[in-house]
Amino acid sequence: MYAELNSILNASPDNCKQGEFTLISDRKADASFLVHHFLSFYLRAGCKVCFLGLAQSFSHYSAVAQRLGVSLTQAKEKGQLVFYEGLKDCLGVLLREGSTHESPTLDFLRPHCSDLKGLYDFVSSSVARVGDAAGTGPWAPPVLLVDDLSVLLSLGVSAGAVLDFTHYCKATICTELQGNMVTLIRCEEEEEEQGDEQGSDVLLKGLIHQCSLALQVQGLLTGYCKHIHGEVEVWWRGVANGMQMQKKVLQYKVHDKGAVFFARGTSSVVL
Amino acid sequence: MAAPMKNTSAPAGLSFNSTSFQKKSRSKLVSIPGTRPSVQNGQLLVSTGVTSLDYVIGGGLAVGTLLLIEEDRYDSYSRMLLKYFLAEGVVCGHELFVASAWDHPDEILQELPAPILDDVASVTSMEDQAQSCDPDNPESMKIAWRYQNLPKVQTALASSARFGHYYDVSKTMDADILQRSKIHMFFLPEEAHSETGALSPMTEAYASLLKSIHGVIHKEGFDGATPQSKVRNIMRLGLHSLGSTLWGDDLCCREKPTHGHALTTFLYALRGLLRSSLTVAMVTIPSHLIQNRAVMGRITRLSDTAIALESFRGSDRETNPLYKDYHGLLHVRQVPHLNCLVCEVPDSKDLAFKLKRKQFTIERLHLPPDLSDTVSRVSKVDLAAGCGSIATGNKHLDF
Repeated sequence: MYAELNSILNASPDNCKQGEFTLISDRKADASFLVHHFLSFYLRAGCKVCFLGLAQSFSHYSAVAQRLGVSLTQAKEKGQLVFYEGLKDCLGVLLREGSTHESPTLDFLRPHCSDLKGLYDFVSSSVARVGDAAGTGPWAPPVLLVDDLSVLLSLGVSAGAVLDFTHYCKATICTELQGNMVTLIRCEEEEEEQGDEQGSDVLLKGLIHQCSLALQVQGLLTGYCKHIHGEVEVWWRGVANGMQMQKKVLQYKVHDKGAVFFARGTSSVVL
Repeated sequence: MAAPMKNTSAPAGLSFNSTSFQKKSRSKLVSIPGTRPSVQNGQLLVSTGVTSLDYVIGGGLAVGTLLLIEEDRYDSYSRMLLKYFLAEGVVCGHELFVASAWDHPDEILQELPAPILDDVASVTSMEDQAQSCDPDNPESMKIAWRYQNLPKVQTALASSARFGHYYDVSKTMDADILQRSKIHMFFLPEEAHSETGALSPMTEAYASLLKSIHGVIHKEGFDGATPQSKVRNIMRLGLHSLGSTLWGDDLCCREKPTHGHALTTFLYALRGLLRSSLTVAMVTIPSHLIQNRAVMGRITRLSDTAIALESFRGSDRETNPLYKDYHGLLHVRQVPHLNCLVCEVPDSKDLAFKLKRKQFTIERLHLPPDLSDTVSRVSKVDLAAGCGSIATGNKHLDF
């Protein structure tokens, strides 16, 4: 959880907004530091978190969260965090061909299934357990975190299927359960051709339309710099709170325990 | 700093829940030969065989990660890097797995460069050592008798504990050194074709390669399935020229390939295998043949460390005086940050490489100072003409 980012977004763990769909996208930069921020933020806020960690292993997220002051193993044991590790489970599907499948979550890797219904069923079952009276404790509204959606595109899922998935998740989590959603999508460096239906740019446009807050991370236009890692454009899209379509651009630098954000041209290296 | 290693002795109740990144609170260091913990985040690193490449990617290759090399146009330097990687594995005593669809892995292994060892003397076996400690040995020292009972200097062949070695490219590795290490091979034309049909987005070739790698890892116990009674070791995977048409993949032929997601699915599954075992992989890909640049971006993001080689051979840069000291450019596409938010970021991204006989050097590309030729030439002409010419007249027209 980065304190500066909280003040920029006007969010705090004590009263986090509800029904928000936050989209994080990057181009020529790595925006995964924002995923770690939101993970520790929502765990501190006491929300029930369902995390689809498709890009890295559990120990990576756990080690980074440790530096940010949150323990993922404890949260998992308490039942606050439901963690899905994509790297581990895909081997079960891809190596055991022909035998009957146990878990339908990664059904899209099987040849005759092209939608993400199995993944959606997993998500809805994990967040639906919020209302359990027995022992799990009163968690705040559920949160879904996806890291990241472009892995699904690399595994052969079409952009339309991913948009269907996010639409269903938004309807269930943000509208019905008044929870929040955060997804990361990583885009290509060069602009893709116009006729490319499966590209990440098509998916990005669709997701921006669906989301209520977009954080677009880009590398610096002038090239590589050791002290300024890139730019973040914060775009408030929702019409709630009276903030209509406001945009703000900041530069950032990631360090060991967090990230610092500053206005363009005011980095400590420059001044 | 506690180096993260796997639990050396898992208690009976716990199942072996492992990735090689698991941090331990107690620093029970199990030293595997040829590895060292990283100074940045305690990750276990192995050397790629080229010390300057180790420096460029942040100290070494972390165990459990994937190094992607985009091949240069004629696959000369990327193949050299693959051979360095495998040679380093042999010298450190790691197990090897070599997969290729073009040359037989035996041919690649015959070409490994010979390591430059510190001591030119022959290998001393354990029996010789025991004999030298015998006080009645006629070779007992008379002057330096205090050093009598110390062991003799060993050459580096007995499982070197050093990190990073140097190799002589003009010689090939001796066959007896090669035989000491366990090598698994996968040669695609020799593999049995299973007629199961397409059960996953991967092509048949990638699926059988994945199965073979998984089988070897499981059988040799690198994923901790069998209790490790013997000394722990690392396995190095060298996969040559994935994505080329010989693997049954038309990624390099067409702009809209039919198996567009075969290679990316394979890399994802491979990384899943690597994360849960003590293995390191180096994959070379002929990226200059891939026409769809978006796919290259996805492949880069699916691997951990990614570098690209661009050699000057055959291009007009070969004769460019700016590049005369180097054989090509090296682009670092991606450096991973594992278990931490940020990695050590390099100062400059303009790197060039040169393959010398004893070293593969990677240096920052310096532009030479701009000394234009006309400046020096005019002064020389003045001096020469001053001796024999008459006072007036244009010097350049004197003849």
